[in-house]
Amino acid sequence: MLRPRIIPCLLLQDEGLVKTINFKNPTYIGDPLNAIKIFNEKNADEIIILDIDVSKANKQPNFGLIEKFSLDCRMPICYGGGVRTLSDALRIIEMGIEKISLNSAAFKSPSLISSIAREVGTQSVVVSIDVDVVKGEYCIFSENNYQLRGQKNLIEHIKKVVDLGAGELLINSVHKDGLMSGYDLELSMMVRSEVNCPITFLGGAGSFSNLEDLIRSCGVVGAAAGSIFVYKGEFKAVLISYPSQEDRDSLAKKAYLTQMD
Amino acid sequence: MIGILNYGTGNIKAFSNIYKSFGISIRIIEEKNDLEGVSKIVLPGVGSFDRVLEKLRSAAFFNLLEDLVLNKEIPILGICVGMQIMAQRSDEGVCKGLGWIGGEVHHLSKLKTNKQIPHMGWNQINFSEKNELFSGIKNFDNFYFLHSYFFQPTYESDSVAKCCHSENFCVAVNRKNIYGVQFHPEKSHQNGIQLLKNFAIL
Repeated sequence: MLRPRIIPCLLLQDEGLVKTINFKNPTYIGDPLNAIKIFNEKNADEIIILDIDVSKANKQPNFGLIEKFSLDCRMPICYGGGVRTLSDALRIIEMGIEKISLNSAAFKSPSLISSIAREVGTQSVVVSIDVDVVKGEYCIFSENNYQLRGQKNLIEHIKKVVDLGAGELLINSVHKDGLMSGYDLELSMMVRSEVNCPITFLGGAGSFSNLEDLIRSCGVVGAAAGSIFVYKGEFKAVLISYPSQEDRDSLAKKAYLTQMD
Repeated sequence: MIGILNYGTGNIKAFSNIYKSFGISIRIIEEKNDLEGVSKIVLPGVGSFDRVLEKLRSAAFFNLLEDLVLNKEIPILGICVGMQIMAQRSDEGVCKGLGWIGGEVHHLSKLKTNKQIPHMGWNQINFSEKNELFSGIKNFDNFYFLHSYFFQPTYESDSVAKCCHSENFCVAVNRKNIYGVQFHPEKSHQNGIQLLKNFAIL
């Protein structure tokens, strides 16, 4: 049976790894290539790398650095950040990156989702959606603005991008980012019940039991996290860690007990 | 000498790095002459069926490749779409497949499934008889899958491993010197490395 995926998510800024809280105050963590090497050695299921600056700064993706990510990486990689054209996407895929993630493109040029999917297949197209909670409502945050408000609009947008060719959704909770207080399970279960494509949830994981909670609620999904895989202890010392095969086997068993699939 | 076909698609570097790390000689194949002296071939493939076929057929080495595979029976391993293009046709495209192994490629929705599509992540393969490609790999070991289409061989004897995503479907084929796998051995950590090693020492 298909297993849930446990996915380290690395945020890039100026070629360095950073961590944020509610998408703010990036703190330098270390060298991304070294982190990838360590996750590779720990046999991580897959890895997500998001460049948080390129889109805002109107820069191109750092192709030279991206090429280095896949060199000795024996697990699939998803890259996101500044992918604006079909040729950007093809160039990255040809470097040996399995999936590319689009975020602002979903609003600025939604047809890009379809054109990339047509060329490389939907399995390599991820649409990443940053969800915040403002005055008790879910809002999609993109391009430094709240693009859509309300649960109904969120669901409509999700279905729209899947129709356009997104093979996977990456739902990133701004309101939970970096807090290590658990995923937004309500949001996760809601999205999970609305679409039948692979979904990865990111934002809020603070412990192994948070991963369990997500998987017990949502079944076979991607559980992505940053803080728990790069920080250790209450003082947040930087230390790369990742659940053992045994721990992941027990998570997989929990997924099969849900009614979600 | 393992030839890794570079025709503009597929993770060439991943395969070459894996083989280099065991000290197995590899050559990246771009021109016809590059095929000289090659004893095995890896056919990577990422992208849509038609796009991958068009790129392969317009490669300088294509005609010689077909001769080596079909007449000289050089072992070849197709990966993911590299396996799918070996079929006769695909639901995904309009181009005629290579037809190296009888069969058709269908969308996963053709299975009796309400499961997620694309099939994305680590899943168990199962086999009743162990093909030499799976030496050192246990029944129900996991590999990484990333696809929306699957190969349905005409002859059950050409299917050498299956995977369950609601129901069982073929994920590896072998007919004489021609091998194909749906999953990504170059992205399946130790299990994938073992399989690639096995292919090298066939």
